[in-house]
Amino acid sequence: MSTLHTVNKSPFERDSLSSCIRLAAKGSAILLIEDGALGAMAGTDHSDMVSGVMKDVSVYVLGPDLAARGMSEDRVIDGIQVVDYSGFVELTTKHDTCQSWL
Amino acid sequence: MATKKFMFVNRKAPYGTVYALESLEVVLIAAAFEQDVSLAFVGDGVYEIVKGQSTDGIGMKNFSPTYKALGDYEVTKLYVEKESLEARGLTLDDLMDLVWEDEDEDYAEKPSIRLVSAAELAAVFDEQDVVLSF
Repeated sequence: MSTLHTVNKSPFERDSLSSCIRLAAKGSAILLIEDGALGAMAGTDHSDMVSGVMKDVSVYVLGPDLAARGMSEDRVIDGIQVVDYSGFVELTTKHDTCQSWL
Repeated sequence: MATKKFMFVNRKAPYGTVYALESLEVVLIAAAFEQDVSLAFVGDGVYEIVKGQSTDGIGMKNFSPTYKALGDYEVTKLYVEKESLEARGLTLDDLMDLVWEDEDEDYAEKPSIRLVSAAELAAVFDEQDVVLSF
């Protein structure tokens, strides 16, 4: 079983990203969307937490949500893959289940 | 009408929730009533004034250009908390160039953004008649 986790809240505002990272099984994937996309940025107080999970879990971020917030793809944490909406759909089809950390 | 000192505290990232846009609407209303309006950007609120926002991909209105109009409404005091910027790996260079024109000095453009520490911002809050948090 592999799960796609989606996180749509800023890591500064809610603990949904830290809970998701703590509870995501090895081999699952995390997609950062909406305000959750802010968690993909390098150089923040939460960057190390996100980098730390990436040896076990693939992390993705939705590009249009980065662009809306003026966040440059160049400043995304190394190893996080930027996807578009069709990439989002592809991720949902590649995984057995989807867990939304609302 | 008596003038009061109004402070609007912006604490949420834009687009994920409606708070940032709603705050801006109320700021413009307060300014229209010729009140002494200041804004503070604290926590995720600092993301509201990041430059280069482009919302074509998410189908929402990009309201960030509205902050550039605040100077024309005599809203010229935008306090940004330094600690909040630093926690997010951001600097002043990542923020929009927000200015106002000083009619007493031949419409010279002056910066509206004031980078302040938490302690300095606390003192500014303390001077206000009304503080509204979004």
